[in-house]
Order: sequence, then structure tokens, then C-alpha cells
Amino acid sequence: MLEMKNLSKVYRTEIIETYALRELSMHVREGEFVAVTGRSGSGKTTFLTIAGLLEEATSGEYRLDGVDVRGLSDTRRSRLRNEKIGFIFQAFNLIPELNVAANVELPLRYRRMQRSERQRLASEALERVGLSARARHYPSELSGGQQQRVAIARALAGSPRLLLADEPTGNLDTQMARGVMTLIEELHQEGATIVMVTHDPAIAARAQREIHVLDGQIVDIIEQPRLVGVASGGHATNAS
Amino acid sequence: MMLGYYFALALASLRRNVALTALMIAAIAVGIGASMIVLVVYRAEAGDPIPDKAHQLYAVQLDNWGPVRHMVSSSQRGDGLEDQLSYADAVALMRAHAAKRQAAMYATSMTVLPENAQLSPFTVSARATYADFFAMFEVPFVYGSPWRAAQDEAHAKVVVISNKLNQSLFDGANSVGRYIRFAHGVYQVVGVIADWRPVPRFYDLTVGAYGDTEQVYLPFTTAVDGNLAQNENTDCNQNAPGGSRDLQSDCVWIQFWAELPTLQDAQAYRAFLRGYARQQQQNGRFHWAARTSVRDVPQWLQYEGVVSGQVELMVLVAFGFFLVCLVNAAGLMLAKVMEQSTRVATRRAIGADRWAILAQYLTEAALVGAAGGIAGLLVTQLGLSGAGMLFSNDVFRIVRLDGSSISIEMSLAIAATLLAALYPTWRATCVNPASQLKTR
Repeated sequence: MLEMKNLSKVYRTEIIETYALRELSMHVREGEFVAVTGRSGSGKTTFLTIAGLLEEATSGEYRLDGVDVRGLSDTRRSRLRNEKIGFIFQAFNLIPELNVAANVELPLRYRRMQRSERQRLASEALERVGLSARARHYPSELSGGQQQRVAIARALAGSPRLLLADEPTGNLDTQMARGVMTLIEELHQEGATIVMVTHDPAIAARAQREIHVLDGQIVDIIEQPRLVGVASGGHATNAS
Repeated sequence: MMLGYYFALALASLRRNVALTALMIAAIAVGIGASMIVLVVYRAEAGDPIPDKAHQLYAVQLDNWGPVRHMVSSSQRGDGLEDQLSYADAVALMRAHAAKRQAAMYATSMTVLPENAQLSPFTVSARATYADFFAMFEVPFVYGSPWRAAQDEAHAKVVVISNKLNQSLFDGANSVGRYIRFAHGVYQVVGVIADWRPVPRFYDLTVGAYGDTEQVYLPFTTAVDGNLAQNENTDCNQNAPGGSRDLQSDCVWIQFWAELPTLQDAQAYRAFLRGYARQQQQNGRFHWAARTSVRDVPQWLQYEGVVSGQVELMVLVAFGFFLVCLVNAAGLMLAKVMEQSTRVATRRAIGADRWAILAQYLTEAALVGAAGGIAGLLVTQLGLSGAGMLFSNDVFRIVRLDGSSISIEMSLAIAATLLAALYPTWRATCVNPASQLKTR
């Protein structure tokens, strides 16, 4: 599903070069639930932006669902993003002037889908996250947990091949976070491939595999992190 | 499908920040409104009053006063030529019939004695001319037609009247064949013309370029018989004493137009006119080689100074002001785009490509431009009305926002706003979608 080989990302200014990712290699299988953890500034978010086709790597190879994404045009990358990836942001990122249904339909609009089909899929996605009754509400009328559920519905609506979650519970209180994580786990159990960035070990422990990043490099991989003390090299390598 | 969506988004976006939207619309409205006030005036002054035939109709001039002048007339231009002809020359040129069509003419007035005794007599403007006048100047008729050329020769007592006069005398009915009693005789109506008002009134600029067209038209020959006085400028000097009533004098008081469909016709007519002047010299009437001139309508309007340099300058100043307003609007749009960068990044992240963002914000700009254009129309209308009250210039009496001005204003407002929106929109397309992941 997601395959990165020797991926590096360098931010250059006139006086300094900063490596956000350094020769990172990773493979995420279809249906897998992977957590990427690390301290602030470790490179985990840069990993997610490259995985989500929001940025290009400086060097290395990245294949998403079999497609080599190097050198693709903005239009092609946007289309791939739209069709294959569903984003769940920490700050929800709902469009405030659109109601819940319109927010969920948004990725489908950019797919130029017919209205009836769009509405059907959005309705199903809202049903899935338990917010059908809120379809005509606006984001400001919802709690944080509900807003994140809408964001998840938006990510699900287009049936993407990969869900990328960026600190999905970071802006939620404990109870709401628990609800959102339960939903993400359910999605995984239904077959979704999920890559989640988090700095919270308790949240990361709910994934099948935890990949720990430090200074742009993978420093540790824990298979089945729920089973305390069990770790293996698994499918990731660190070439640095 | 997407255009409708962008339109709905634009409306929602504009409603969200009413103050900013109002400022953008106001900046465009004031800029375009002010520019259009000047442009409407300029178009009235510089407009082509007869587009189909502007280069086929020629005003004729002849230097019948010679090089020695003891009085400089008001109508004289830099080249020393008078813009009117004497009776002798006008009649001679009419008789020569050297053009496809030609018409000598002068403005006069007539007093109507209504049949209804309860109505008081009233004076109307009139133009003494020849039958060709109507075909030359493409005068539209509601009823009837011009008089025939034979009726010019026969000094017939016939008139063509305006729709307005027909309305007041005959309640708008077909009055062809009916008679009107004037103070100096009874005339039969042969035609009623539709509303016709060339702007500027190019065929006679002697008393201003924006006057009304006449209410009555009658044969030149009949008017001279009836001693109908010239209403406008008659210019005489010591070489040309007398007045318009003295048909032998060299006073100038008659406008003369010739229709010359091709450039060859115009060349031939110039040669004919030079020949005529030479003949007058040989006959001893002129003691000088008289210069002649024929000018088509645009040349004539320029020669007569209808378009003032001031208005041209004002057009430049006004559009400079519009540019400043647009820059302001562009600044406001940029502020708005920057404020919306989170939304842009979100849309980009979930699949909108740069073109989609470009289309979305240009749609919004077009909507702002259209609203600015509509508000600008109000500014223009108010400005023209206000200027009409403040200034005595005749042009303000006649200028108005017609269909073509409205479409120019709207198109210009939308196009200029789109142009101004290019930079802010481009900035929107440059918003990094990754910023939403990197900004907590």
C-alpha cells in the first residue's frame, strides 16, 4: 500500500540545511494500522505530509498503492490525494461556512461526482460515524469530538485506500478522544489501512505497529505495542 | 457543475465578512463610477453620430473672404476658413450637383398657429434644407417620406415634422397630407420623422454640438422665398458686408454637406471645388486663389473642436484613479485570501488542485466585480446628474447611461476586478497544503 525507500527531506536556506527525514524506508501493508511516534521536531509530521502527497521528498522513492509519485504534476498529485487518501487532521479542519453534509461531500465534489451519488456516499459516511442527525448543522454547532467525527466521515466518504491521521485526538478531551479512537479502531477492523502520527504512547499502543522516529530516522519499531515488551524489526529498516 | 458550486461558495464567502466585502465593492464602484462619468461624457463628445456614413459625408468649405480680413469671426479656425458658405456659393454648389447627394441648409424658426383657437401660437425650431438631407443623414421616418427633389425646384410649401410636433398637433396620428398653418403660410405635411438625435449634432455645430434636432424641415428654396431668417451665426466682414437677408452678400450662414461614397468620389469633388473656386477668381469675384476643403464627419468634429483636450485628459486621470481603487481592492482581496489560507490548505489537502482554487477565487472576484459594477452604475448616474446641475456645459444635458455604456461599465468592472484578483488568487494557489499538518 505505502512503500518508501531511502526517503529524505531537506529544508534549505541560504545558511543552513535541515534534514527533516533522513534515508527513511518503510512499508505499510494493506489493512495495517501503523502509529508513527516521536518527539516534537522528530520528523513524524514531515513523514505524514510526504506520505499524503502534500509535499515532495528531496530524494528517495515513494510508491503509493503501486504508483510511483516522484515528479507527478500538481493536478495528478491532487487527484491521487483525492482518490486514494483520506486525511484526519488534529484541528479537524472543517470549512466553517459549509454544513456537515457539505463538508463531508467536499472530496467528492473535487472528484466531480454526480450530486445524488455524492449525497448518498456522504450520508453513508455520516451514518458510519453516528452523525446522520447532524447533517444540516454547521461545525460551530458541534462539540470537538463531533467535529472530529465529521472530519473522519469526510475522510471516509470517498472510500480512500489509505487513512492518514495527524494527532487525531490531540485537540480532544479524554472522553472524546476515547470515542474517536474507538471509531478509528473499528474502521481498521473493517479493513481500512491507517497511518496515524501521534506523540501519545497510549494512543500509539492501539496500533498494530508503532514506528518511533527521531531526527528524521526510524529508531525503533514495536510490533503489537499493546503486548508490552515485545518489539521487532518488522517491515521497517533504518538505512541511516 | 463546479461553476455553480464556486458561485455558491463565493456568495457564502462574501456574506461571511460583510465589512470587507463592502469595502472591496465600494473601492471598485467609486473607481469605475468616476471613470465612467468621464467616459460617458467623452463618448458623447467623441462619439460617431453617424457610424455607417461617417466617412462618406463631407462638410464643404470655401474661402470666399480672401486673405485680407478686417474682422475675425467666431467660427473661423486656425486655417482661416469659414465653416459656413455664402448663399451664392451654396446655391451654385447645389446647382452643380457634383456629389451623389448634397444639401445646403440653415437653421430658422417658424411660428405655428394651431387650428384649435384655444391654443396659443408657438414657435418651433426649423431647418431649411434640400430633399437629399434626409437620405444623406439617414433620418428615420414614422410616416410618409421626404419631399421630392422636384419640390425643391418648385419651392413647394411642404414640411417634414418631428414626432414630437406631430404628437402635439395631431395626437401622434399619421398626419401626412394634412396642413399646418404657420405665421407666414400654410404647409402640407409630407413626412413625420421618428426620434432622431445625432450626438454631436454634426451637421450644424454653429450653436453648440449638443442641441436638439429641429421640429420642422422645409425646402431651402421655400424658406428663402419666405424670408425665413437664419437663427444662428451669420458672419460678415468688410469684404462681405450685408446680412443673411442680402442674398448677394458674401456673408456666410449656410452649412453645406455632400455625400461622397468613395475616396475617388471625394477626390473628384475636391477637384470640382477647386475648379469652382478658380472659376470664381476668373470671373473676378475673388481676387485671390480661394482655398477649399472637404472634411468627413470625424475630421469635421475634430476641426470644430468638439472633443476638448480637457476631457481626454480627464479620461486619463479618471482611469488612473480607477487603477488606484483597483490596487486597493486587490490589497483587500489579498488580505482576505491570506485570512482564508487554512481553508485553502484544507481544500488542497483533500484533493483540490491549483486550478480549482484559482477558479474558486476568480469566481468570487468576478462576483465582487459585478457588484462593484452595479454600484458603480449608481455612482455614474448620480455623478452625471450632479454634474448636469453644477455645470452649464450642454453635454451634461444629453449624456445618459445607455445600454452600451452600461455593458461597458459592467464588463470593465468585472474584467478589471479579475485582473486585480490575479495576484491574490495566485497567492491562494501557492498556499502549501502541508501547512495544515505543520501548524498546530
